[in-house]
Amino acid sequence: MTELVIVGGGPAGMSAAVAAYEAGIKDILILERDEHLGGILMQCIHNGFGLHKFGEELTGPEYAWKYEKKVRELGIPFKLNTMVLDITGDKVITASNAEDGIFRIRAKAIILAMGCRERSKGALNIAGTRPAGIYSAGTAQKYVNMKGYMPGENVVILGSGDIGLIMARRMTLEGAKVNAVCELMPYSGGLARNIEQCLNDFGIPLKLSHTVTEIHGKDRVTGVTISKVDENRRPIKGTEEYIKCDTLLLSVGLIPENELSKNAGVSLDRITNGAVVDQSRQTSVEGIFACGNVLHVHDLVDYVSEEAEIAGLNAAEYIKSGVKKDITVKIKTDGKIRYTVPQEITQSKEVTVYFRVSDVFKNVKINVYDGDKLVLSKKKQKVAPGEMETIKLKPEMFENVKELTFKLEEVK
Amino acid sequence: MKRELTCIVCPMGCSLSVEFENGKILSVAGNTCPRGEKYAEDECLSPKRTITSTVKCSDGSVLPVKTDRAIPKDKIYECMKIINNSVADLPVCVGDVIIENVFGSNIVATQNKN
Repeated sequence: MTELVIVGGGPAGMSAAVAAYEAGIKDILILERDEHLGGILMQCIHNGFGLHKFGEELTGPEYAWKYEKKVRELGIPFKLNTMVLDITGDKVITASNAEDGIFRIRAKAIILAMGCRERSKGALNIAGTRPAGIYSAGTAQKYVNMKGYMPGENVVILGSGDIGLIMARRMTLEGAKVNAVCELMPYSGGLARNIEQCLNDFGIPLKLSHTVTEIHGKDRVTGVTISKVDENRRPIKGTEEYIKCDTLLLSVGLIPENELSKNAGVSLDRITNGAVVDQSRQTSVEGIFACGNVLHVHDLVDYVSEEAEIAGLNAAEYIKSGVKKDITVKIKTDGKIRYTVPQEITQSKEVTVYFRVSDVFKNVKINVYDGDKLVLSKKKQKVAPGEMETIKLKPEMFENVKELTFKLEEVK
Repeated sequence: MKRELTCIVCPMGCSLSVEFENGKILSVAGNTCPRGEKYAEDECLSPKRTITSTVKCSDGSVLPVKTDRAIPKDKIYECMKIINNSVADLPVCVGDVIIENVFGSNIVATQNKN
């Protein structure tokens, strides 16, 4: 029996571990499948991390080191190269590594911090054969930044989320020609800052409302055909353009890795693809908590750490004195607010609710309703799907309330 | 002269409006912090960028590095050439200087390596 097992030693897992330790839980074990702690941060060699948390702009590995240093200083046990194969609803973890073989651990509490994976070409239905030279942007990032390989020299990138933008710059700096970044939507999913420093700085065109409709090449990519799309995101005949290239990078979405969560019986939210949680980040299975990208895909690692601290503190509280649920308030959203985390509130305490919107909106009010009664209104000059937002709810706002609805209303 | 910029100092990416004349900044608007004002000045008069890249190590592995301060924007490719022609000796700690004095900055390690 281990008191607290944390699945994943990336920024979420490490932050949760440190928070739980500092809250008094010493019997912790972090299980990490890779050869090192740090998770996805280790391949994110660019800067922009930690501004909220540490007041300095760090690269991914530097941010990870802040937490790894703490984990090591506190002596929190961790196993590397260890793959968790199964988690049951009564908190028995099955894992394997070369030293211990296959082993089982019974835990009092589990924190899920497995992060997310990239959507692949198979999910995209692009016509063409299967030539070499097609990579997800994250795979290309790992090749360049951790293995020292160039995936190609003449590139087209599909997807203008931050990973696609960052790789446009990275490939260019290492001598590749990045011909264009295509984006299906009429707006980019990435930060304005990245459009500026990754595309504008290098004269790389951003083609909004465009997608790749065909990949050419038999053994290796020889080119792609891109097309403009209409308001229903369907390619418009006659707008086809051929771009000669040897590499196509796909930055087309991240999917929280919840296979283990499903096996444990954790209820998932269809919009986030992560667990349904309350403010303590406890899932539908008692004693199993979730945080970081496995719960919902984040833009800023600073928020991941904040969320993981909540999970760590509450897992510690759970281990010490069990579940404390005084109330049940469900949070619903209108279509314009895509989702909230948490989806439920179970204690009369101040709650920070994280949410994302479904489109770019300017001059709006984020309104929280208890039926017809407006309990909170927050003005926002601009909101976008690629930028997670927060709103603080005070206990008075949901006293004796069964359901709160988050609505986005445009200010005339 | 007027210029519209996107600030790159932090993930906020504030839209800045800058007025400048004869190498002097007249006004900066749209920034939500003082660093944005400094960025606007630099960007209009002497643009700079921080470079993050990787360097080959003596054992053939790859080490992430960065310039410890922003360097002139027109020196980006020359800086990359210097980094790509260097080999880092191991072991290395976060913050260790790998290459000194590259266009006014030092290239430092951003990861530990044994």
